[in-house]
Amino acid sequence: MLGFYLKRLAAGLMMLIALSILVFVLLRLAPGDPVDAYLNPLAPLSQTEMDALRQRLGLDRSWPVQYLAWLSAALAGDLGYSIDRAGVRVLPLLVERTGPTLLLMLTGLAMAILLGIASGVIGAVKRNSAIDIGLGLVAFVTISTPAFLNALLGLYVFAVVLRWAPSGGMLTPGAPFSLSDLLAHLILPASLLAVVYSALFMRYMRSSMIEVLNQDYLRTARAKGVGEFAVIVRHALRNAILPVITLIGSTIGIAIGGAIFIESVFDWPGMGLLMVKAVETRDYPVIMGATLLIGAGVILVNLLTDLAYAVVDPRIQVR
Amino acid sequence: MNADAPIAASAVPLRGRSGSPLQRALGRFLRNRAAIAGLLILAPVLLAVLTYPLWWRHAPNSIDLRALNSGPTASHWLGTDGVGRDTLARLLQGGRISLLIASVSVAISLCVGFVVGAVAAFGGRALDGMIMRLVDLAMTLPPVILLLVLASITGTGILPTIFVISLLSWPVLSRMVRARLLELRERDFVVASRGFGAGLGHLLWRHALPNSLDILVVYATVQVANAILLEAGLSFLGMGIVPPEASWGNMLRAARSTVVLELHPWQWMPAGAALVATVLAINFIGDGLRDAFDPRADIT
Repeated sequence: MLGFYLKRLAAGLMMLIALSILVFVLLRLAPGDPVDAYLNPLAPLSQTEMDALRQRLGLDRSWPVQYLAWLSAALAGDLGYSIDRAGVRVLPLLVERTGPTLLLMLTGLAMAILLGIASGVIGAVKRNSAIDIGLGLVAFVTISTPAFLNALLGLYVFAVVLRWAPSGGMLTPGAPFSLSDLLAHLILPASLLAVVYSALFMRYMRSSMIEVLNQDYLRTARAKGVGEFAVIVRHALRNAILPVITLIGSTIGIAIGGAIFIESVFDWPGMGLLMVKAVETRDYPVIMGATLLIGAGVILVNLLTDLAYAVVDPRIQVR
Repeated sequence: MNADAPIAASAVPLRGRSGSPLQRALGRFLRNRAAIAGLLILAPVLLAVLTYPLWWRHAPNSIDLRALNSGPTASHWLGTDGVGRDTLARLLQGGRISLLIASVSVAISLCVGFVVGAVAAFGGRALDGMIMRLVDLAMTLPPVILLLVLASITGTGILPTIFVISLLSWPVLSRMVRARLLELRERDFVVASRGFGAGLGHLLWRHALPNSLDILVVYATVQVANAILLEAGLSFLGMGIVPPEASWGNMLRAARSTVVLELHPWQWMPAGAALVATVLAINFIGDGLRDAFDPRADIT
């Protein structure tokens, strides 16, 4: 078992290194002089100072050497300066945006899991009924609808027409912080993220549940006189829910993509909005810093779901 | 589904068993109602988008100064935008651009994905390992992030957008092709062919391609839908197709302005509807094709 963990950890580490190489190469492919990333635009340097900096960063040497220098700086937390926002370092900027994004994504994810599992179970238990077919159709439509269109429609219906929710931002500007204000701003974007995401959970949960419902031990349980509700919730659901855990890892990329669009429609001050703004202004240090951080996050989540799955399901064998 | 399946199969042994596998697949496809509905939605959309200059009086970029931000009228069926351009004309032109980008990028990623997957399967273990790690990496990053990063390097326009979307799309296909061909590689006729000294080109063209045709067809269909969504998303964020060129994504981008979103829903809702209808139709067709090509379909 320990071997399995170590193997997965090593694979995750390799992916991280590969990711950093990819980001580095893309950074060098981007137009402009890479030294610009390390200049504080508020404190211009003379040519000799620039050359000294270039030498210190190793930008006058070969790419592999440069990569190692860049990597050690990045590991020490130095991702350079934002080009667009004068004098702001990239790392604090990213850290500041992580909280709101995590809040939005975790809320959306929790809602999606609840919604997806509930509707998936209903679909599986009432297989081929009108409810099942209706749910399947809704799932098909939401999967075919891009997240930004969902967000626009949600904004239009709930914020403009019905005026149930504020139309953007995370807090009312100028007002003192209050939890209810935060929740009022959170509920609409989080639900829209959940809608996109729950369709995936529902489809997966439904097929997993159908498989379990055909198992012999459920017939045994029923034969022993266990009630139908207890059969489904206690016996079937517990087994059917296992593979759904891995789905959290493998669809995290889709969730992040959805979050980017939803953040940009709702002006939610998270990583996605930062990234979109940075792309608009060609702020490469911020783009690459965000890419590195998001990629690392995805690798970490995948690793954690793999490990969690191995803990929950003892049938996973060391290969 | 499970225990009584063999009995059911032997009870109706001849149903759908005539003709070549391809004919049987076609028959199954034509019996799939959702897929036919998809075709019925897609065909008029394609026809309208391809022929619109013949029958629609406005050009996508001609300006009607007497009708700014107008709702639907007899002259402008879907109204006009803030500078007086006809929404229906832009919708149709946008469809052209979307479908052009989608089909070209799918064609490119089909070629790249097939060749990379086939080379990984036939090219020996070292090459295979290297290519598959690359594919793993490309699939780790969220697609939207990779899309944004690449677009920030290539810039906007039709060609860069095609390039970025094709670059993003091939890894999934190459993984599927590799899985299929790893199995094919051990079959007797392939082993025999190699024994006679067949080169990589012959193996790919004569054996690998015909035997992964079903994967390619299904992938291409679903990927057209994905590419339309990617292009729309990219243009929505201001990175793909930028005005004055029309695209469904950048028509929806107009709704990021509160004024357009609240007061002029006619300017963005048609683009959203066209996008969803087209993608939905293609996904229905793709699902139908996948079921039709499923080798287990003859048994059940």
